[in-house]
Amino acid sequence: MNELREVARKLLAEGTVQVVIGYEEGPRGVRPAFITSAEQADKLVFDTRCVQNLAAYLNPRRKQVAQLGKAAVVVKGCDARSVAGMIREKQIERENIVLLAMRCGGVLQNPEKDTELTEETVSVRCAGCTAREPKLFDHLLGELPPAPPVNKSRMEQIAALEKMSMAERRSYWNEQLSRCIRCHACREACPMCFCVKCTAEKTQPQWIDPSSTLQANRAWQTMRVLHQAGRCVDCMECERACPEHLPLGLLARYVADAVERRFEYTASDDPSVAAPIGVYKSDDDEEFIR
Amino acid sequence: MTHDVRQGDRSAWSPKIVAFVCNWCTYTGADLAGTSRLKMEPNVRVIKLPCSSRVNPLFIIKAFERGADGVIVSGCHTGDCHYSTGNFHARRRFSILHDLLHFMGVDNDRVTFAWVSASEGNKWQEVVNETTARVKQLGPVAALEEKGGAR
Repeated sequence: MNELREVARKLLAEGTVQVVIGYEEGPRGVRPAFITSAEQADKLVFDTRCVQNLAAYLNPRRKQVAQLGKAAVVVKGCDARSVAGMIREKQIERENIVLLAMRCGGVLQNPEKDTELTEETVSVRCAGCTAREPKLFDHLLGELPPAPPVNKSRMEQIAALEKMSMAERRSYWNEQLSRCIRCHACREACPMCFCVKCTAEKTQPQWIDPSSTLQANRAWQTMRVLHQAGRCVDCMECERACPEHLPLGLLARYVADAVERRFEYTASDDPSVAAPIGVYKSDDDEEFIR
Repeated sequence: MTHDVRQGDRSAWSPKIVAFVCNWCTYTGADLAGTSRLKMEPNVRVIKLPCSSRVNPLFIIKAFERGADGVIVSGCHTGDCHYSTGNFHARRRFSILHDLLHFMGVDNDRVTFAWVSASEGNKWQEVVNETTARVKQLGPVAALEEKGGAR
């Protein structure tokens, strides 16, 4: 953490960047911080409570952040993949950001509640993490903590859903999705949802009814996860942002698994690796096509 | 004649099926099936598009929303695309859609993906008849809205 503060202080003092986007202590736990002067650099913290994916603030449409000037951003390995995705899709330029990549030993599922990493409290997205030591960085910071315990609850939930009958699965999703209030917080929190005009807001034609009905909610969530296919880094910010606690991470993980199974692609932190939708192989699976 | 399929009155119900077909292969193939006077179920409404890759997954979702009981998506065989690579891209997108629909509890039998070339009038006939039969088994699309324990 001292290393992080030192680098941040130096970057700000030298004027390499005008803002460091990181984490600080807030009244209700760790929150995102925008550090604009070298004196404030000591506010920065990094520990297992730092669940937020700060890459979302690099979205060029976030004018207030962009106005602060060139940014350095604190990223975990998983967040670095989001940054790679944004570079890949030409939303940001590599040389316009400084990445302060933290070696990571997992984060908590509920940082408001828990403090220690155990099989129950560690974030489900940390299971099987291969990016504890980020590869995309300008400064690689911290000691590599031991590997976190594995929380299997999400994998088990997906397996349980797959074992259900079609009707049971449908009624599960119908019940979940009918709770959606269509606040679109899942979209706003997502680092990869950066369209200038979202399909959900298009009115001619109106693809997705803005009212909160089961049909419209299903259309919205289906479209959202399909647009994320092969781009989602499984940071689960959508699920964390959801005021109705919809299990959006289940959909994200399922689609990511499908992408991996079919196209042998996992979210990459190398911007030069092409995402799987938009390219093709002549021998892709077509067992589902008659 | 009025009947409410939601009340389970299926006697008067016959499925509506929307087919999104590519202009170059399947549309011509379907035309061939027609001009060859092949006998087909009358439930399919054809929507002609330039290419199977023009089919946005939203088309399929929207079709169900607007009361289609089944959907057919069909284009050229891979390698035969008029635009060289359109159907390769479509195949990637549909494979994920196919998996996701399954996971969300929408029977894959409601959505048929098929490659039908301009000379395959017979195959189009089979696709139409088989899809119609399967959708008849599944019943009206209103079943997709059921919550809690329904079939």
